[in-house]
Amino acid sequence: MTNSFLMRNPSTLWFLLGLSLFTIVVTALSDAGVGVMSTSFVKTLGKTLCLCLIAVAMDVVWGYCGILSLGHFAFFGIGGYAVGMWLMYARTEGIVLDSFASQTIPPTPQEVTDAIGNQIFGVVGSSEFPAIWAFSDSLILQLLLVVLVPGLLALLFGWLAFRSRVTGVYLSILTQAMTLALALYLFQNDSGLRGNNGLSGLQNIPGFEDTPQSTISLAFFYASALAVALGYVLFAWITSGKMGSVIKAIRDNESRVRFLGYHVESYKLFVFTITAVVAAIAGALYYPQAGIINPAEIAPIASIYLAVWVAIGGRGRLYGAVIGAAFVSLLSSWFTGGGAPAIPLGFYTVQWTDWWLVLLGLSFVAVTLYAPKGIGGLFDYLVRKPS
Amino acid sequence: MTRVLIMLAMLLGFSPAAQAQDLQNLLQTHAEEVASPGRRTVGVVLDDLAASGIPQVATFLEQWQEKSVWQGPEGLFFIAAEEGDTLNLTDIDSGVQSTAPAAGFTQLKPNGGVRRVIGTALVQFQLMDPDLTRRTTAVASIARRPEASQLAPLLASIDGESDAALKARKIQLANFLSASFADDPTDRIAAITSLSTDVSVEARAVLNQILTTSTGIATQLPSDANIAQVLTPGAEISLDAAYALLVEDDLAAPITTAEEIKSALAANIVDGRVGDVPVVQLNTTDNRAYAYAQLAEAGTAPALVTTADRDAALADYVFFEIYDEDDATITTAAKTALASVETRVAVGQTADLTLDALSLASIYFLAAIGLAITFGVMGVINMAHGEFIMMGAYTGYVVQLFVPSYTASIIIALPLAFAVTFGAGVAMERLVIRHLYHRPLETLLATFGISIALQQLAKNIFGTQARPLTSPAWLDGALVFNDVVQISYIRIAIFVLAVIFLFLILFVLKRTRLGLEVRAVTQNPGMAASMGINPDRINMLTFGLGSGIAGIAGVAIGLYAKVTSEMGADYIVQSFMTVVVGGVGNVWGTLAGASLIGFLQKGIEWLNPSNTLAAQTYMILFIILFIQFRPKGIVALKGRAAAD
Repeated sequence: MTNSFLMRNPSTLWFLLGLSLFTIVVTALSDAGVGVMSTSFVKTLGKTLCLCLIAVAMDVVWGYCGILSLGHFAFFGIGGYAVGMWLMYARTEGIVLDSFASQTIPPTPQEVTDAIGNQIFGVVGSSEFPAIWAFSDSLILQLLLVVLVPGLLALLFGWLAFRSRVTGVYLSILTQAMTLALALYLFQNDSGLRGNNGLSGLQNIPGFEDTPQSTISLAFFYASALAVALGYVLFAWITSGKMGSVIKAIRDNESRVRFLGYHVESYKLFVFTITAVVAAIAGALYYPQAGIINPAEIAPIASIYLAVWVAIGGRGRLYGAVIGAAFVSLLSSWFTGGGAPAIPLGFYTVQWTDWWLVLLGLSFVAVTLYAPKGIGGLFDYLVRKPS
Repeated sequence: MTRVLIMLAMLLGFSPAAQAQDLQNLLQTHAEEVASPGRRTVGVVLDDLAASGIPQVATFLEQWQEKSVWQGPEGLFFIAAEEGDTLNLTDIDSGVQSTAPAAGFTQLKPNGGVRRVIGTALVQFQLMDPDLTRRTTAVASIARRPEASQLAPLLASIDGESDAALKARKIQLANFLSASFADDPTDRIAAITSLSTDVSVEARAVLNQILTTSTGIATQLPSDANIAQVLTPGAEISLDAAYALLVEDDLAAPITTAEEIKSALAANIVDGRVGDVPVVQLNTTDNRAYAYAQLAEAGTAPALVTTADRDAALADYVFFEIYDEDDATITTAAKTALASVETRVAVGQTADLTLDALSLASIYFLAAIGLAITFGVMGVINMAHGEFIMMGAYTGYVVQLFVPSYTASIIIALPLAFAVTFGAGVAMERLVIRHLYHRPLETLLATFGISIALQQLAKNIFGTQARPLTSPAWLDGALVFNDVVQISYIRIAIFVLAVIFLFLILFVLKRTRLGLEVRAVTQNPGMAASMGINPDRINMLTFGLGSGIAGIAGVAIGLYAKVTSEMGADYIVQSFMTVVVGGVGNVWGTLAGASLIGFLQKGIEWLNPSNTLAAQTYMILFIILFIQFRPKGIVALKGRAAAD
């Protein structure tokens, strides 16, 4: 069945092929191959892949289902926090046990817990483990939480919102309010997640202290590539076939679909929830590569940028989202990282670190106005032209 | 003694005209005590001086206290200032100035105790001084450091007080003093009772002062003491705190901490064991206690004190709080008075909170009304609305760079900010939004692009640091009702501005041709167009109007908050909430939304004052839930106008 599905969606095959080639090229250029690509750049590419994954999810929920969610980065962040809790706990436990090993009297379990608590929460003036850290000593449970917490949150939020027929811009504002509320909550010191300090040191994977970062970064790169591939196939499958038609129909005319007897709310809820879960998985892969997560990451602006990527890449086509996320985020780090040369105008020198956002904002307006199909629209043009 | 004789001779010889009412004369009769006063002897002098009624006494006492009185070689007293080797003398009676070589003069240096006695005596003179400022200073100094001795002079000065405000203040202060210091308990109770209507911080401090307690420990509750409260360990006082009191009084030994056990164990390892426990097994609390017990038995460590010992020790004692004031009737009266004061304070705080909420609501209203117009009338989400607010605030800042007068600059800035943002709004409508009608989600995104571009542009032009927008001097300060209820003038001004705009917008929409056309286009653009209204022009003007009001809101917000390139982003989400909660397309709805959000935020902050972040979180959660139950907002449009 998958076979026939892939046959019907050649773009998916092309995408998988491209992704595999990209992975091979990166491996060849990295330390594992000829070694011309720095570890930090491999990490940047790995992170970019995670952003591509959440962009694909965003494309499904917005480009296919017509729900402009301005809150998907909240799920991304929750995924990151869930994994980060385990990473931080396990690593701190290792450090604490090492320091106890030099003492004459072996520590009691309570002493170990207290010492870990002190290490992690000392920065917010506490040493107690909050209730939400109850499972932080178990990787498997935390990985389950990566899926469960955002899934349930999306389910609850979506159920409340769709049930009362909140649509259009109202829903966008509401999702934005949700991510703002979450960010504000996490900013508090007594939220149990270290306030605005966030979780840090996540690039150190417990159990792999002796493995060089170059290997770890490559491993995460592969994992991210695999996640993008699986996510892409999953969403390509969801958006094709009968279900895909219903979803697209909801985008185009919700009332008409409802009158045809479809239970619109269930479809929307399904799409909203599954994209939230995928966003969370992307986050769980992203933050170990970034090394730090703090509440500023889930501020409303992040989710809006997500929408910008998808819009620039081209809505309603999955590869468009991937292109948009990769293109804009890499370009953005090139410009803001000082990679772009300054333009001297004689009376004024254009520093791209200052002017990049102006350019991004204006080009975004231009894309919305003149190229609503985004960069992905160019592919349509190229593909159809010869025929 | 010879000196006194000489002085007497001088008096007789040189000042035959001196009268009994002469201050110098009077001082000479006490010359010995004045020249070297003691704390006890000085009282007689002061009493005589006070009784004499000579007007110069107050000045003399002040100078004496300041160590500026010198005694001349003939024994006469002068007010003098040292200047090199000479003294500038002032006659204490006539005030005649003269100079004399310093040699032969002795400075009077009363010690600290005497100076304090002089100071107290001075009070009664200062309180009746003809100069109002000096009386005010004297009253203020009493208020700063109230003492029992000041009560009588203060009471005596009330009747003669000519200034009404100062008289009221004196009466209030006399009340405070008699509440604390009056000799007769009935007087104190009367004074305390009269304080029960006074919500000032001072009055509360006086009452709390009377009700100060100290903690006591005894085996049995003392029957004759004025006990405030019995502290049951585990209820009013924690077990550990109660035990700490026992330890402090050497009635018990401190609990052996885990740290102490650990270091005692570490110090007594013999052949890898402590007692008969191998070191590797010391990783549980029980094993450690067992090993420590062996050490304690062997005498190498102090006996183990556990929480059980603590509880047993606590059972033998009663803990209580005892009033520092012995008279129970007085403490009871103070308690009643304080309770009544606190009720009044609570009422005052509610009023204060209401004022705060009102001002917050007016800020939200100003920030949101422009958005409500564009969103409600045109169905367009303007994410750059916050940046229009910022633009208005920066306009004000730029105007202040050129116009030095703050009042004039604000008067210029308000219309100018409107003009600038009106222009920006019209330009944005013409260039971008016009092409995106019927695609509301895309307007949202396009205006967001404009928003990030404008924000960065402002950062490039004005820098990242906050710029001041200074309010005119007449807006400084606050309208103070009492110590509890007050509101700053700037907030009142913003409230007034919000009210003006409410009525202005209502007037424009309901009473002008433009408003009529706007409403027509809102309800049915096609029909409006066929009636000869140009919807294009109306949309442009509406958008300009909404943006212009944002500019004015920016000036208002900039006056009390700092102007930064991110200030718009801080208000945009709240503004959206206000519009959405209030209901789209209705000025009253926006007003209701702003009030709801303003009051809600202040209310939650009041319940949890330490944490404004939590307040915002809960408020947003409340709004999310609110939308579930009233998706169209508080004031929902009905009928055809409500159709999407």
